[in-house]
Amino acid sequence: MISEKELKVIVEQVLSEMKGKDSSEVKEEVATKLNENVADQIDDNELSDITMVDMKKQLLVPNPVNKEEYLQMKAKTSARVGVWRAGPRYKTETLLRFRADHAVAMDAVFTDVSEETIAEMNLFTVKTKCKDKDEYLTRPDLGRKFDEEEVAIMKERCKMNPQVQVIVADGLSSTAIEANIRDILPVLYQGLEGYGIKMGTPFFIKYGRVPSMDVVSEVTGADITCLFVGERPGLATGESMSAYIAYKGTVGMPEARRTVVSNIHQGGTAAVEAGAHIAHILKEMLDQKKSGLDLQL
Amino acid sequence: MKEKIISVGIDIGTSTTQLVFSRLTIENTATAFSIPKISIVEKEVIYKSRIYFTPLKSETEIDGELVREMIESEYVKAGIKSKDVDTGAVIITGETARKVNASLVLEKLSGLAGDFVVATAGPDLESIIAGKGAGADLLSKAKRGVVVNLDIGGGTTNISVFKDGEIIDTTCLDLGGRLIKIHPDSMKVEYISKKIKKLAENMGVQIEVGEAITVDKINGITNRMSEIIEEVLGVKKATEDLNLILTTKDLKRNYDIQYISFSGGVADCIYGEYSDENNLIYGDIGVFLGKSINKLGLPNKFIIYEPTETIRATVVGAGSHTTDISGSTITFTNDIFPLKNIPILKLSSEDELLGYEELSKAIKEKISWFGLQNEKQQVALALKGVKSISFRELELLAQTIIGGMEEILSMDVPLVVIVEHDIAKALGQTIQRYLEYKKDIVCIDAVNVGNGDFIDIGKPLANGRVVPIVIKTLAFGY
Repeated sequence: MISEKELKVIVEQVLSEMKGKDSSEVKEEVATKLNENVADQIDDNELSDITMVDMKKQLLVPNPVNKEEYLQMKAKTSARVGVWRAGPRYKTETLLRFRADHAVAMDAVFTDVSEETIAEMNLFTVKTKCKDKDEYLTRPDLGRKFDEEEVAIMKERCKMNPQVQVIVADGLSSTAIEANIRDILPVLYQGLEGYGIKMGTPFFIKYGRVPSMDVVSEVTGADITCLFVGERPGLATGESMSAYIAYKGTVGMPEARRTVVSNIHQGGTAAVEAGAHIAHILKEMLDQKKSGLDLQL
Repeated sequence: MKEKIISVGIDIGTSTTQLVFSRLTIENTATAFSIPKISIVEKEVIYKSRIYFTPLKSETEIDGELVREMIESEYVKAGIKSKDVDTGAVIITGETARKVNASLVLEKLSGLAGDFVVATAGPDLESIIAGKGAGADLLSKAKRGVVVNLDIGGGTTNISVFKDGEIIDTTCLDLGGRLIKIHPDSMKVEYISKKIKKLAENMGVQIEVGEAITVDKINGITNRMSEIIEEVLGVKKATEDLNLILTTKDLKRNYDIQYISFSGGVADCIYGEYSDENNLIYGDIGVFLGKSINKLGLPNKFIIYEPTETIRATVVGAGSHTTDISGSTITFTNDIFPLKNIPILKLSSEDELLGYEELSKAIKEKISWFGLQNEKQQVALALKGVKSISFRELELLAQTIIGGMEEILSMDVPLVVIVEHDIAKALGQTIQRYLEYKKDIVCIDAVNVGNGDFIDIGKPLANGRVVPIVIKTLAFGY
């Protein structure tokens, strides 16, 4: 960045040359000189990434009575407390951080899960009735339905009547899928293998909402369908993923029959441990032939 | 969904023997949508026995049969059968532990006290148990400071130091109320411990068994004993006598002490009022020692705190505070519990920074040291682990552990792995896969242990999701 001293030098330089020129010319001159300088000096790497600050460890209150105690409390919440203020407003840093985190959430919703990730996980893709992100966001009803052709792909490519059908959907955060799926799927597969549970053919649903899994349950005839889906991103993280699991799911079934494991992300339950835990849940479900509130864990 | 378990605490001390039953409530405190988080949410002492004098056959021998009868009668009075007891601790504390038949007594009791009970405790574990029983850990957490609890019993003074709820230091002194026994009428000395006799000699005072002693002499010796407490707390400069009286190593004294509490039998003589006629009410120097400590200027230096439990601190600690539970996502292949007295091999944080191949070698080397010292035996591997580990790293870690624990795997014992971070279920499943599901494995997390600790692992609770554990800490030890 340009320092005050350098700014003074530029102004002095321009002032000395301005004799006889009118003020608009001077303005232009200053602007050009400044631009030259700034363009030369700003490098993206020099700008600190505001989202890298761990807010749980950051206390902006000046002279707190008991800093240690305050930080102890902050360590337990992602809420923006202890951010202080400038007059009645946020401090600049707080405001910028808020906007940066909001941008992360927006990105999580509006990006797509990359083709590479889907290929790497050996998944194929089917699409709900939504034709793009905008429709997906404005028409929740379409995000749970499939066209005939898409159902046909499922029928053609999937092993029918498996014990467990695993599916992955972008949901409201593609970022969450990108962040967790590489670690959770292999652990889950390994866990199922250990319990001797036979799996169907996993695939990816684009523009998928949670109830889309019920169509999959009906089409594949799976005993259990397990859907990994990106959670609605918040300001704390855009990487949170959930698993929705149902025994003998049917379209229109009560939500109480779904078992949910939520908050799978680095700051919540780590993907590998969640995967191992979900394998255990799936085994219990097969033994008890129940899911959701009826399942005794 | 709450689950209640019954825990027993039995404390056979130099002078008294006591028993308590506690009810521990276990509950999953996480919401239905997250990974379970099962913890002990309530600890309640439901029965306290009378305080018995420990029956001795001679000065150095406990009468095991009589102890057993006492304990049996207390079980009957409490209406609790030994099969109802899930966990707990029998500890032989103070001087008694070093007496000839301590192990015999434990043997006599172990069948009686339930399936899963600690057998012995060293002076450091006793100090921690007494401190927790007195509530010093909770006080240090509430006050966010350093609290020292001194549990002054008949034979020893167990000292524990807590900071923000965590134990940071322990020690033990051979100081107690029954180290000189005196006949109240004839004033004749009936017993004096070797160390106290030596301490008196260092002051130029001779005390002989069978000879009468004056009140002045008693005051002289108990004043000196209480000065040693000042020395160990760093109020006075340490003398050679402190080294004489220390049972184990000294306190580190590299922290600022704010609060002090006293527990143990002598604590009642510190906090309570005893008239001079009652000085020899117990036939020993306990009351004198309490009064001597009371005369010290400790309140000028520290805030003195009176704990909820004094004479019962150790037994309440043994009953309520020895059992912990593991993390809620763990792996165990079969119900092979209880596992008892498994020594811990803890990797250092430097070790864990090594590449996986070197780490494997390091584990192997440490296991072989273990073998040299203790012959071939079961060892549990403890490590911190990585917080947000990737699947690939998890696989490498599993292979590393398997490679390093080769010798243990060749033995007919389960592989026990203890990690601090919440990865035990995934790690356990991965190890299982590599071992082709042929070996019994126990992999638990959320447990913090140190090198040289021993661990007991009990039968699973909460529908097999957690196991109760007792860590016998020697971490500050010897």
